[in-house]
Amino acid sequence: MIRLDHEIIAGIIEPGARVLDLGCGNGDLLAFLKEQKGVRGTGIEIDEEEVLRCLERGVAVTQGNINDGLGVYGDKRFDYVIFNESLQQVLKIDKVLGEALRVGRHVIVGIPNFCHLGARLQLFFRGRVPVTKSLPFHWYDTPNLRFLSLKDFRSFCAKKGISIERARYLTAGKEVVLAPNLLAEEAIFVIRKD
Amino acid sequence: MAVIDKKQIVFQEPLLLKSGIFLSPVTVAYETYGTLNPDRSNAVLITHAFTGDAHASSNGASGEKPGWWEEMIGSGKAFDTDKYFVICSNTLGSCKGTTGPSSVDSSTGKPFGLAFPVITIQDMVALEKRLIDHLGIRKLLCVAGGSMGGMQALVWPIMFPESVLSSIVIAACHRHSAQQIAFHEVGRQAVMADPEWMEGDYYGKAVPKRGLAIARMVGHITYMSEASMEQKFGRKLVEKDALGYSFAKDFEVEGYLQYRGMSFVDRFDANSYLYLTKAMDYFDLTDGDRKLSDVVSGVRADMLIISFTSDWLYPSYQSQSLVRALQANDVDVSYVEMKTDYGHDAFLVEFDDQTRVIKNYLVRVERERK
Repeated sequence: MIRLDHEIIAGIIEPGARVLDLGCGNGDLLAFLKEQKGVRGTGIEIDEEEVLRCLERGVAVTQGNINDGLGVYGDKRFDYVIFNESLQQVLKIDKVLGEALRVGRHVIVGIPNFCHLGARLQLFFRGRVPVTKSLPFHWYDTPNLRFLSLKDFRSFCAKKGISIERARYLTAGKEVVLAPNLLAEEAIFVIRKD
Repeated sequence: MAVIDKKQIVFQEPLLLKSGIFLSPVTVAYETYGTLNPDRSNAVLITHAFTGDAHASSNGASGEKPGWWEEMIGSGKAFDTDKYFVICSNTLGSCKGTTGPSSVDSSTGKPFGLAFPVITIQDMVALEKRLIDHLGIRKLLCVAGGSMGGMQALVWPIMFPESVLSSIVIAACHRHSAQQIAFHEVGRQAVMADPEWMEGDYYGKAVPKRGLAIARMVGHITYMSEASMEQKFGRKLVEKDALGYSFAKDFEVEGYLQYRGMSFVDRFDANSYLYLTKAMDYFDLTDGDRKLSDVVSGVRADMLIISFTSDWLYPSYQSQSLVRALQANDVDVSYVEMKTDYGHDAFLVEFDDQTRVIKNYLVRVERERK
Protein backbone atom coordinates (compact mmCIF):
# COMPACT_ATOMS: atom_id res chain seq x y z
CA MET A 1 0.00 0.00 0.00
CA ILE A 2 1.45 3.32 -1.09
CA ARG A 3 1.45 6.08 1.45
CA LEU A 4 -0.09 9.39 0.43
CA ASP A 5 2.86 11.38 1.78
CA HIS A 6 5.21 9.30 -0.38
CA GLU A 7 2.99 9.86 -3.39
CA ILE A 8 2.92 13.61 -2.79
CA ILE A 9 6.71 13.74 -2.42
CA ALA A 10 7.15 11.69 -5.60
CA GLY A 11 4.85 14.18 -7.34
CA ILE A 12 7.09 17.07 -6.31
CA ILE A 13 10.40 15.54 -7.42
CA GLU A 14 11.54 15.61 -11.06
CA PRO A 15 12.68 12.39 -12.73
CA GLY A 16 16.35 11.62 -12.28
CA ALA A 17 16.79 14.16 -9.47
CA ARG A 18 19.52 13.77 -6.88
CA VAL A 19 17.96 13.11 -3.51
CA LEU A 20 19.26 12.87 0.06
CA ASP A 21 16.80 11.42 2.59
CA LEU A 22 17.74 12.34 6.16
CA GLY A 23 16.48 9.80 8.67
CA CYS A 24 15.45 7.48 5.84
CA GLY A 25 14.34 4.61 8.11
CA ASN A 26 13.95 1.32 6.26
CA GLY A 27 14.25 3.04 2.87
CA ASP A 28 10.56 2.85 1.86
CA LEU A 29 10.51 6.38 0.46
CA LEU A 30 13.85 6.13 -1.36
CA ALA A 31 12.87 2.81 -2.92
CA PHE A 32 9.56 4.35 -4.06
CA LEU A 33 11.27 7.44 -5.50
CA LYS A 34 13.77 5.28 -7.33
CA GLU A 35 11.04 3.16 -8.84
CA GLN A 36 8.69 6.04 -9.71
CA LYS A 37 11.13 8.78 -10.61
CA GLY A 38 14.45 7.08 -11.24
CA VAL A 39 16.10 9.36 -8.71
CA ARG A 40 19.74 9.00 -7.74
CA GLY A 41 19.12 8.76 -4.05
CA THR A 42 20.90 8.06 -0.82
CA GLY A 43 19.93 8.20 2.82
CA ILE A 44 21.40 8.75 6.24
CA GLU A 45 20.01 6.65 9.09
CA ILE A 46 21.21 6.18 12.64
CA ASP A 47 19.66 2.80 13.45
CA GLU A 48 21.68 -0.27 12.44
CA GLU A 49 18.70 -2.55 11.81
CA GLU A 50 17.06 0.07 9.56
CA VAL A 51 20.36 0.52 7.69
CA LEU A 52 20.55 -3.23 7.13
CA ARG A 53 16.97 -3.20 5.79
CA CYS A 54 17.84 -0.41 3.36
CA LEU A 55 20.90 -2.25 2.08
CA GLU A 56 18.95 -5.48 1.83
CA ARG A 57 16.51 -3.89 -0.59
CA GLY A 58 19.21 -2.16 -2.62
CA VAL A 59 18.81 1.34 -1.20
CA ALA A 60 22.12 3.17 -0.77
CA VAL A 61 22.49 4.46 2.77
CA THR A 62 25.18 5.49 5.20
CA GLN A 63 24.80 4.92 8.90
CA GLY A 64 25.23 8.15 10.79
CA ASN A 65 23.72 10.84 12.97
CA ILE A 66 22.21 13.78 11.11
CA ASN A 67 22.86 15.96 14.15
CA ASP A 68 26.55 15.75 13.21
CA GLY A 69 25.83 17.89 10.15
CA LEU A 70 26.37 17.40 6.45
CA GLY A 71 29.76 19.07 6.31
CA VAL A 72 31.24 16.81 3.68
CA TYR A 73 28.69 17.66 1.03
CA GLY A 74 29.27 20.63 -1.25
CA ASP A 75 26.73 23.46 -1.63
CA LYS A 76 23.60 22.56 -3.62
CA ARG A 77 24.92 19.08 -4.23
CA PHE A 78 21.40 17.58 -4.13
CA ASP A 79 18.25 18.64 -5.93
CA TYR A 80 16.18 17.63 -2.93
CA VAL A 81 16.99 16.98 0.70
CA ILE A 82 14.13 15.27 2.50
CA PHE A 83 13.12 15.17 6.15
CA ASN A 84 10.04 13.00 6.18
CA GLU A 85 8.78 12.64 9.74
CA SER A 86 12.32 13.11 10.99
CA LEU A 87 12.77 16.84 11.61
CA GLN A 88 10.78 16.73 14.83
CA GLN A 89 13.36 14.24 16.15
CA VAL A 90 16.33 16.47 15.40
CA LEU A 91 18.22 17.97 18.32
CA LYS A 92 19.82 20.97 16.62
CA ILE A 93 17.09 22.15 14.26
CA ASP A 94 18.78 25.37 13.27
CA LYS A 95 22.08 23.72 12.38
CA VAL A 96 20.65 20.64 10.69
CA LEU A 97 18.00 22.47 8.68
CA GLY A 98 20.57 25.11 7.75
CA GLU A 99 22.87 22.35 6.49
CA ALA A 100 20.05 20.77 4.51
CA LEU A 101 19.25 24.10 2.87
CA ARG A 102 22.92 24.54 2.04
CA VAL A 103 23.43 21.17 0.35
CA GLY A 104 19.97 20.95 -1.23
CA ARG A 105 18.47 23.21 -3.86
CA HIS A 106 15.11 22.37 -2.30
CA VAL A 107 14.29 20.84 1.05
CA ILE A 108 11.15 18.79 1.56
CA VAL A 109 9.93 18.72 5.14
CA GLY A 110 7.14 16.37 6.21
CA ILE A 111 6.01 17.18 9.74
CA PRO A 112 3.14 16.18 11.98
CA ASN A 113 0.89 19.02 13.12
CA PHE A 114 0.79 18.94 16.89
CA CYS A 115 -2.13 21.44 16.86
CA HIS A 116 -4.69 19.76 14.64
CA LEU A 117 -8.30 19.67 15.80
CA GLY A 118 -8.20 16.27 17.48
CA ALA A 119 -5.13 17.20 19.47
CA ARG A 120 -6.61 20.52 20.50
CA LEU A 121 -9.80 18.86 21.71
CA GLN A 122 -7.88 16.39 23.86
CA LEU A 123 -5.78 19.14 25.29
CA PHE A 124 -8.78 21.36 26.02
CA PHE A 125 -11.41 18.88 27.20
CA ARG A 126 -9.33 16.16 28.77
CA GLY A 127 -6.46 18.28 30.00
CA ARG A 128 -4.05 15.66 28.67
CA VAL A 129 -1.16 15.84 26.25
CA PRO A 130 -2.72 14.54 23.04
CA VAL A 131 -2.25 10.97 21.84
CA THR A 132 -3.86 10.54 18.41
CA LYS A 133 -3.47 8.39 15.32
CA SER A 134 -0.97 10.82 13.81
CA LEU A 135 0.67 11.54 17.20
CA PRO A 136 0.71 8.05 18.65
CA PHE A 137 3.27 8.51 21.41
CA HIS A 138 2.93 9.21 25.11
CA TRP A 139 5.08 11.85 26.74
CA TYR A 140 7.32 9.16 28.22
CA ASP A 141 7.99 7.16 25.05
CA THR A 142 7.96 9.74 22.28
CA PRO A 143 11.00 9.98 20.02
CA ASN A 144 9.89 13.51 19.16
CA LEU A 145 11.92 16.34 20.56
CA ARG A 146 10.02 19.15 18.82
CA PHE A 147 6.34 19.89 19.11
CA LEU A 148 5.18 22.37 16.54
CA SER A 149 2.17 23.45 14.55
CA LEU A 150 2.12 24.28 10.88
CA LYS A 151 1.86 27.95 11.82
CA ASP A 152 4.94 27.60 14.01
CA PHE A 153 6.89 26.16 11.09
CA ARG A 154 5.78 28.99 8.79
CA SER A 155 6.80 31.64 11.28
CA PHE A 156 10.17 29.90 11.83
CA CYS A 157 10.79 30.01 8.06
CA ALA A 158 9.81 33.70 7.86
CA LYS A 159 12.19 34.53 10.70
CA LYS A 160 15.09 32.63 9.10
CA GLY A 161 14.55 34.00 5.59
CA ILE A 162 13.56 30.58 4.27
CA SER A 163 11.04 30.69 1.45
CA ILE A 164 8.20 28.21 1.34
CA GLU A 165 7.73 27.17 -2.27
CA ARG A 166 4.87 24.75 -1.84
CA ALA A 167 2.79 23.25 0.92
CA ARG A 168 0.50 20.22 0.90
CA TYR A 169 -1.69 19.13 3.78
CA LEU A 170 -2.96 15.68 4.72
CA THR A 171 -5.26 14.09 7.21
CA ALA A 172 -6.30 10.45 7.51
CA GLY A 173 -4.84 9.60 4.11
CA LYS A 174 -6.59 12.47 2.28
CA GLU A 175 -5.49 15.90 1.21
CA VAL A 176 -6.79 18.93 3.13
CA VAL A 177 -7.25 22.34 1.57
CA LEU A 178 -9.09 24.47 4.13
CA ALA A 179 -7.75 25.67 7.49
CA PRO A 180 -4.74 23.32 7.51
CA ASN A 181 -3.40 24.38 10.90
CA LEU A 182 -6.67 23.18 12.38
CA LEU A 183 -7.64 20.31 10.11
CA ALA A 184 -4.38 18.78 8.81
CA GLU A 185 -2.57 16.11 10.77
CA GLU A 186 0.53 16.39 8.61
CA ALA A 187 2.03 18.82 6.16
CA ILE A 188 4.65 18.58 3.47
CA PHE A 189 6.54 21.80 2.81
CA VAL A 190 8.99 22.48 0.02
CA ILE A 191 11.39 25.16 1.16
CA ARG A 192 14.53 26.79 -0.11
CA LYS A 193 17.15 29.34 0.81
CA ASP A 194 19.50 30.83 -1.76
CA MET B 1 30.93 -26.12 -14.86
CA ALA B 2 34.11 -26.07 -12.85
CA VAL B 3 33.27 -26.00 -9.16
CA ILE B 4 36.76 -25.05 -8.16
CA ASP B 5 39.83 -24.35 -10.22
CA LYS B 6 43.29 -24.09 -8.64
CA LYS B 7 46.04 -22.59 -10.69
CA GLN B 8 49.40 -20.92 -10.66
CA ILE B 9 50.61 -18.48 -13.25
CA VAL B 10 54.10 -17.09 -13.72
CA PHE B 11 54.49 -13.52 -14.97
CA GLN B 12 57.92 -13.00 -16.53
CA GLU B 13 57.54 -9.29 -17.14
CA PRO B 14 59.04 -7.39 -14.16
CA LEU B 15 56.60 -5.95 -11.65
CA LEU B 16 57.48 -2.37 -10.66
CA LEU B 17 57.05 -2.07 -6.90
CA LYS B 18 56.13 1.13 -5.04
CA SER B 19 59.67 1.20 -3.66
CA GLY B 20 61.01 1.55 -7.23
CA ILE B 21 62.41 -1.97 -7.33
CA PHE B 22 61.53 -4.41 -10.12
CA LEU B 23 60.56 -7.96 -9.19
CA SER B 24 60.57 -10.83 -11.66
CA PRO B 25 59.47 -13.43 -12.33
CA VAL B 26 56.37 -13.36 -10.15
CA THR B 27 54.18 -16.39 -9.51
CA VAL B 28 50.55 -16.03 -8.47
CA ALA B 29 48.52 -18.85 -6.93
CA TYR B 30 44.79 -18.45 -7.37
CA GLU B 31 41.50 -20.25 -7.27
CA THR B 32 38.29 -19.56 -9.14
CA TYR B 33 34.74 -20.65 -8.42
CA GLY B 34 31.84 -20.56 -10.84
CA THR B 35 31.90 -19.68 -14.53
CA LEU B 36 32.98 -16.54 -16.31
CA ASN B 37 30.07 -15.42 -18.50
CA PRO B 38 30.56 -14.78 -22.24
CA ASP B 39 30.90 -11.00 -21.88
CA ARG B 40 33.19 -11.47 -18.86
CA SER B 41 31.16 -9.13 -16.71
CA ASN B 42 30.41 -11.34 -13.70
CA ALA B 43 33.86 -11.52 -12.11
CA VAL B 44 34.29 -10.85 -8.41
CA LEU B 45 37.75 -10.65 -6.85
CA ILE B 46 38.07 -11.62 -3.21
CA THR B 47 41.16 -10.23 -1.49
CA HIS B 48 42.31 -12.11 1.58
CA ALA B 49 43.49 -10.89 4.96
CA PHE B 50 46.95 -11.08 6.49
CA THR B 51 47.44 -14.84 6.94
CA GLY B 52 44.84 -15.98 4.42
CA ASP B 53 45.34 -17.76 1.13
CA ALA B 54 43.72 -18.35 -2.24
CA HIS B 55 41.48 -21.07 -0.83
CA ALA B 56 38.51 -18.87 0.04
CA SER B 57 35.93 -21.59 -0.44
CA SER B 58 35.51 -25.24 -1.29
CA ASN B 59 32.46 -24.19 -3.30
CA GLY B 60 30.91 -27.49 -2.35
CA ALA B 61 33.56 -29.63 -4.08
CA SER B 62 33.83 -33.02 -2.44
CA GLY B 63 37.06 -33.72 -0.62
CA GLU B 64 37.95 -30.03 -0.45
CA LYS B 65 38.67 -28.40 2.89
CA PRO B 66 36.41 -25.46 3.75
CA GLY B 67 37.90 -22.13 2.68
CA TRP B 68 38.52 -19.15 4.93
CA TRP B 69 35.30 -17.46 3.72
CA GLU B 70 33.40 -20.70 3.14
CA GLU B 71 30.09 -19.35 4.46
CA MET B 72 30.24 -16.31 2.17
CA ILE B 73 31.23 -17.90 -1.15
CA GLY B 74 29.32 -20.67 -2.87
CA SER B 75 26.07 -21.65 -4.49
CA GLY B 76 23.30 -19.38 -3.17
CA LYS B 77 25.62 -17.59 -0.77
CA ALA B 78 26.48 -13.88 -0.59
CA PHE B 79 29.04 -14.29 -3.36
CA ASP B 80 26.86 -16.66 -5.31
CA THR B 81 28.99 -18.91 -7.49
CA ASP B 82 25.93 -19.82 -9.57
CA LYS B 83 25.90 -16.19 -10.75
CA TYR B 84 29.41 -14.90 -10.32
CA PHE B 85 32.88 -15.96 -11.33
CA VAL B 86 34.70 -15.60 -8.03
CA ILE B 87 38.49 -15.27 -7.98
CA CYS B 88 40.79 -15.32 -4.98
CA SER B 89 44.56 -15.10 -5.28
CA ASN B 90 47.27 -15.40 -2.68
CA THR B 91 48.80 -11.95 -2.11
CA LEU B 92 52.30 -10.92 -3.04
CA GLY B 93 54.71 -11.51 -0.15
CA SER B 94 52.67 -14.35 1.33
CA CYS B 95 53.73 -18.01 1.45
CA LYS B 96 50.81 -19.90 -0.04
CA GLY B 97 51.91 -20.25 -3.63
CA THR B 98 52.48 -16.63 -4.64
CA THR B 99 55.98 -15.19 -4.70
CA GLY B 100 57.23 -14.12 -1.28
CA PRO B 101 60.33 -14.23 0.90
CA SER B 102 60.21 -18.04 1.10
CA SER B 103 60.21 -18.37 -2.72
CA VAL B 104 63.37 -19.20 -4.60
CA ASP B 105 65.27 -16.18 -5.89
CA SER B 106 66.04 -17.07 -9.53
CA SER B 107 69.30 -15.10 -9.39
CA THR B 108 70.75 -17.19 -6.53
CA GLY B 109 68.76 -20.40 -6.63
CA LYS B 110 68.07 -20.02 -2.90
CA PRO B 111 65.05 -18.68 -0.99
CA PHE B 112 64.92 -14.87 -0.92
CA GLY B 113 64.80 -14.40 2.84
CA LEU B 114 65.54 -10.76 3.55
CA ALA B 115 66.71 -10.26 -0.05
CA PHE B 116 63.02 -10.10 -0.91
CA PRO B 117 62.05 -6.46 -1.54
CA VAL B 118 59.72 -4.70 0.90
CA ILE B 119 56.28 -4.72 -0.67
CA THR B 120 53.15 -2.62 -0.20
CA ILE B 121 49.39 -3.07 -0.41
CA GLN B 122 49.53 -1.22 -3.74
CA ASP B 123 52.02 -3.80 -5.06
CA MET B 124 49.63 -6.60 -4.11
CA VAL B 125 46.89 -4.85 -6.07
CA ALA B 126 49.16 -4.26 -9.07
CA LEU B 127 49.82 -8.00 -9.18
CA GLU B 128 46.11 -8.80 -8.83
CA LYS B 129 45.47 -6.49 -11.80
CA ARG B 130 47.89 -8.56 -13.86
CA LEU B 131 45.98 -11.68 -12.96
CA ILE B 132 42.67 -10.07 -13.90
CA ASP B 133 44.16 -8.93 -17.23
CA HIS B 134 45.49 -12.43 -17.80
CA LEU B 135 41.99 -13.84 -17.26
CA GLY B 136 40.69 -11.44 -19.91
CA ILE B 137 38.51 -9.48 -17.50
CA ARG B 138 38.31 -5.78 -18.32
CA LYS B 139 36.08 -4.75 -15.48
CA LEU B 140 35.44 -6.54 -12.21
CA LEU B 141 31.86 -6.54 -11.01
CA CYS B 142 33.21 -6.26 -7.50
CA VAL B 143 36.32 -6.51 -5.39
CA ALA B 144 35.77 -7.39 -1.74
CA GLY B 145 37.81 -8.14 1.34
CA GLY B 146 38.24 -7.66 5.06
CA SER B 147 41.16 -6.28 7.06
CA MET B 148 44.26 -6.37 4.81
CA GLY B 149 41.89 -7.61 2.11
CA GLY B 150 39.78 -4.51 2.77
CA MET B 151 42.81 -2.31 2.20
CA GLN B 152 43.33 -3.99 -1.18
CA ALA B 153 39.62 -3.62 -2.00
CA LEU B 154 39.99 0.08 -1.23
CA VAL B 155 43.12 0.53 -3.33
CA TRP B 156 41.59 -1.14 -6.39
CA PRO B 157 39.11 1.62 -7.39
CA ILE B 158 41.75 4.26 -6.67
CA MET B 159 44.52 2.66 -8.73
CA PHE B 160 42.28 1.24 -11.44
CA PRO B 161 39.07 3.30 -11.51
CA GLU B 162 38.02 1.96 -14.90
CA SER B 163 38.52 -1.66 -13.94
CA VAL B 164 36.13 -2.11 -11.06
CA LEU B 165 32.40 -1.46 -10.81
CA SER B 166 32.05 -1.80 -7.05
CA SER B 167 34.14 -2.41 -3.97
CA ILE B 168 33.35 -3.80 -0.52
CA VAL B 169 35.78 -2.66 2.18
CA ILE B 170 35.31 -4.50 5.47
CA ALA B 171 36.98 -3.78 8.82
CA ALA B 172 39.78 -1.82 7.18
CA CYS B 173 41.25 1.65 7.05
CA HIS B 174 42.98 4.03 4.67
CA ARG B 175 45.99 4.50 6.93
CA HIS B 176 47.53 2.36 9.63
CA SER B 177 47.50 4.16 12.97
CA ALA B 178 50.30 4.30 15.53
CA GLN B 179 48.50 1.65 17.60
CA GLN B 180 48.16 -0.69 14.63
CA ILE B 181 51.84 -0.25 13.78
CA ALA B 182 52.77 -0.77 17.43
CA PHE B 183 51.11 -4.18 17.69
CA HIS B 184 52.75 -5.28 14.46
CA GLU B 185 56.13 -4.13 15.69
CA VAL B 186 55.77 -6.29 18.81
CA GLY B 187 55.11 -9.25 16.53
CA ARG B 188 58.09 -8.51 14.32
CA GLN B 189 60.40 -8.04 17.29
CA ALA B 190 59.26 -11.38 18.69
CA VAL B 191 60.14 -13.09 15.40
CA MET B 192 63.47 -11.34 15.04
CA ALA B 193 64.44 -11.99 18.68
CA ASP B 194 64.17 -15.73 18.09
CA PRO B 195 67.76 -17.00 17.64
CA GLU B 196 66.55 -19.40 14.98
CA TRP B 197 65.38 -16.53 12.81
CA MET B 198 69.04 -15.99 11.76
CA GLU B 199 68.45 -12.71 9.90
CA GLY B 200 65.75 -14.44 7.90
CA ASP B 201 68.08 -17.12 6.58
CA TYR B 202 66.50 -20.13 8.28
CA TYR B 203 65.16 -22.03 5.26
CA GLY B 204 66.17 -25.67 5.30
CA LYS B 205 67.03 -25.35 9.01
CA ALA B 206 64.99 -24.94 12.17
CA VAL B 207 62.31 -22.27 11.81
CA PRO B 208 61.87 -19.48 14.40
CA LYS B 209 58.85 -21.14 15.96
CA ARG B 210 58.83 -19.49 19.34
CA GLY B 211 59.09 -15.97 18.01
CA LEU B 212 56.43 -16.50 15.37
CA ALA B 213 54.09 -18.16 17.88
CA ILE B 214 54.38 -15.22 20.26
CA ALA B 215 53.74 -12.82 17.39
CA ARG B 216 50.59 -14.77 16.55
CA MET B 217 49.46 -14.72 20.18
CA VAL B 218 49.65 -10.94 20.25
CA GLY B 219 47.79 -10.84 16.95
CA HIS B 220 44.99 -13.03 18.26
CA ILE B 221 44.43 -10.73 21.21
CA THR B 222 43.97 -7.79 18.86
CA TYR B 223 41.52 -9.69 16.66
CA MET B 224 39.16 -10.41 19.53
CA SER B 225 37.26 -8.07 21.83
CA GLU B 226 37.26 -8.00 25.60
CA ALA B 227 33.65 -9.19 25.54
CA SER B 228 34.33 -12.11 23.21
CA MET B 229 37.30 -13.23 25.31
CA GLU B 230 35.23 -12.93 28.45
CA GLN B 231 32.46 -15.02 26.90
CA LYS B 232 34.82 -17.61 25.48
CA PHE B 233 37.24 -18.01 28.40
CA GLY B 234 36.41 -15.81 31.35
CA ARG B 235 38.74 -16.92 34.13
CA LYS B 236 38.13 -20.60 33.45
CA LEU B 237 41.05 -22.82 34.43
CA VAL B 238 42.59 -25.34 32.11
CA GLU B 239 42.72 -28.99 33.15
CA LYS B 240 42.79 -28.13 36.83
CA ASP B 241 40.44 -27.18 39.65
CA ALA B 242 42.59 -24.64 41.45
CA LEU B 243 45.36 -22.20 40.69
CA GLY B 244 48.69 -23.99 40.34
CA TYR B 245 50.90 -21.33 41.95
CA SER B 246 53.42 -21.80 39.17
CA PHE B 247 53.99 -20.47 35.67
CA ALA B 248 52.52 -23.48 33.97
CA LYS B 249 49.21 -22.90 32.19
CA ASP B 250 46.45 -21.91 34.59
CA PHE B 251 43.84 -20.21 32.47
CA GLU B 252 42.04 -21.41 29.38
CA VAL B 253 42.90 -18.21 27.58
CA GLU B 254 46.59 -18.98 28.03
CA GLY B 255 46.15 -22.46 26.60
CA TYR B 256 44.14 -21.12 23.69
CA LEU B 257 46.73 -18.52 22.75
CA GLN B 258 49.56 -21.01 23.04
CA TYR B 259 47.69 -23.49 20.90
CA ARG B 260 46.87 -20.89 18.25
CA GLY B 261 50.46 -19.68 18.28
CA MET B 262 52.02 -23.12 17.91
CA SER B 263 49.58 -24.33 15.24
CA PHE B 264 50.27 -21.16 13.25
CA VAL B 265 53.99 -21.84 12.86
CA ASP B 266 53.24 -24.98 10.88
CA ARG B 267 51.27 -23.08 8.30
CA PHE B 268 52.94 -19.70 7.98
CA ASP B 269 56.38 -18.41 7.10
CA ALA B 270 58.02 -16.11 9.65
CA ASN B 271 59.52 -13.83 6.99
CA SER B 272 56.13 -13.46 5.30
CA TYR B 273 54.87 -12.37 8.71
CA LEU B 274 57.46 -9.59 8.70
CA TYR B 275 56.84 -8.52 5.10
CA LEU B 276 53.06 -8.50 5.27
CA THR B 277 52.86 -6.62 8.57
CA LYS B 278 55.28 -4.09 7.11
CA ALA B 279 53.11 -3.71 4.01
CA MET B 280 50.11 -2.91 6.22
CA ASP B 281 52.12 -0.51 8.37
CA TYR B 282 53.33 1.34 5.27
CA PHE B 283 49.72 1.66 4.15
CA ASP B 284 48.76 5.34 4.12
CA LEU B 285 46.74 6.46 1.15
CA THR B 286 47.42 10.08 2.03
CA ASP B 287 51.21 9.51 1.80
CA GLY B 288 51.46 11.52 4.98
CA ASP B 289 50.14 14.86 3.80
CA ARG B 290 47.50 14.59 1.10
CA LYS B 291 43.83 15.07 1.86
CA LEU B 292 41.98 11.76 1.80
CA SER B 293 39.14 13.37 -0.13
CA ASP B 294 41.66 14.29 -2.86
CA VAL B 295 43.11 10.78 -2.86
CA VAL B 296 39.72 9.18 -3.52
CA SER B 297 38.54 11.84 -5.97
CA GLY B 298 39.07 9.54 -8.96
CA VAL B 299 36.93 6.70 -7.62
CA ARG B 300 34.12 5.72 -10.00
CA ALA B 301 33.10 2.50 -8.29
CA ASP B 302 30.09 2.14 -6.03
CA MET B 303 31.51 1.60 -2.54
CA LEU B 304 30.20 -0.42 0.41
CA ILE B 305 32.02 0.10 3.69
CA ILE B 306 31.40 -2.16 6.70
CA SER B 307 32.82 -1.82 10.20
CA PHE B 308 32.09 -3.61 13.48
CA THR B 309 31.20 -2.03 16.81
CA SER B 310 33.65 -4.07 18.92
CA ASP B 311 36.58 -3.93 16.48
CA TRP B 312 39.12 -1.90 18.42
CA LEU B 313 41.99 -2.82 16.09
CA TYR B 314 40.30 -1.21 13.06
CA PRO B 315 37.82 1.03 14.87
CA SER B 316 34.73 2.37 13.13
CA TYR B 317 35.99 5.93 13.10
CA GLN B 318 38.53 4.88 10.48
CA SER B 319 35.80 3.58 8.21
CA GLN B 320 33.72 6.67 8.88
CA SER B 321 36.47 9.05 7.81
CA LEU B 322 36.75 7.04 4.62
CA VAL B 323 32.98 7.30 4.10
CA ARG B 324 33.11 11.08 4.54
CA ALA B 325 35.97 11.43 2.05
CA LEU B 326 34.00 9.42 -0.51
CA GLN B 327 30.84 11.45 0.13
CA ALA B 328 32.79 14.65 -0.39
CA ASN B 329 33.52 13.39 -3.89
CA ASP B 330 30.08 12.43 -5.02
CA VAL B 331 30.98 8.73 -4.94
CA ASP B 332 28.04 6.38 -4.35
CA VAL B 333 28.82 4.99 -0.93
CA SER B 334 26.94 2.89 1.59
CA TYR B 335 28.10 2.30 5.13
CA VAL B 336 26.96 0.15 8.01
CA GLU B 337 28.46 -0.39 11.44
CA MET B 338 27.40 -3.89 12.44
CA LYS B 339 26.72 -4.64 16.10
CA THR B 340 28.83 -7.56 17.26
CA ASP B 341 31.02 -8.74 20.13
CA TYR B 342 33.48 -10.56 17.89
CA GLY B 343 35.91 -7.69 17.46
CA HIS B 344 38.08 -7.52 14.34
CA ASP B 345 37.44 -11.21 13.65
CA ALA B 346 33.77 -10.40 13.01
CA PHE B 347 34.27 -10.38 9.24
CA LEU B 348 35.19 -14.08 9.52
CA VAL B 349 32.31 -14.86 11.88
CA GLU B 350 29.28 -12.61 11.37
CA PHE B 351 27.89 -14.21 8.25
CA ASP B 352 24.18 -13.47 8.56
CA ASP B 353 24.35 -9.70 8.46
CA GLN B 354 27.20 -9.63 5.95
CA THR B 355 25.26 -11.97 3.67
CA ARG B 356 22.08 -9.90 3.99
CA VAL B 357 23.92 -6.80 2.92
CA ILE B 358 26.40 -8.10 0.36
CA LYS B 359 24.09 -10.41 -1.56
CA ASN B 360 21.64 -7.61 -2.29
CA TYR B 361 24.36 -5.04 -2.82
CA LEU B 362 25.74 -7.12 -5.69
CA VAL B 363 22.26 -7.48 -7.16
CA ARG B 364 21.84 -3.71 -7.12
CA VAL B 365 25.28 -3.03 -8.60
CA GLU B 366 24.52 -5.44 -11.43
CA ARG B 367 21.06 -3.99 -12.03
CA GLU B 368 22.26 -0.38 -12.08
CA ARG B 369 24.91 -1.15 -14.64
CA LYS B 370 22.19 -1.91 -17.18
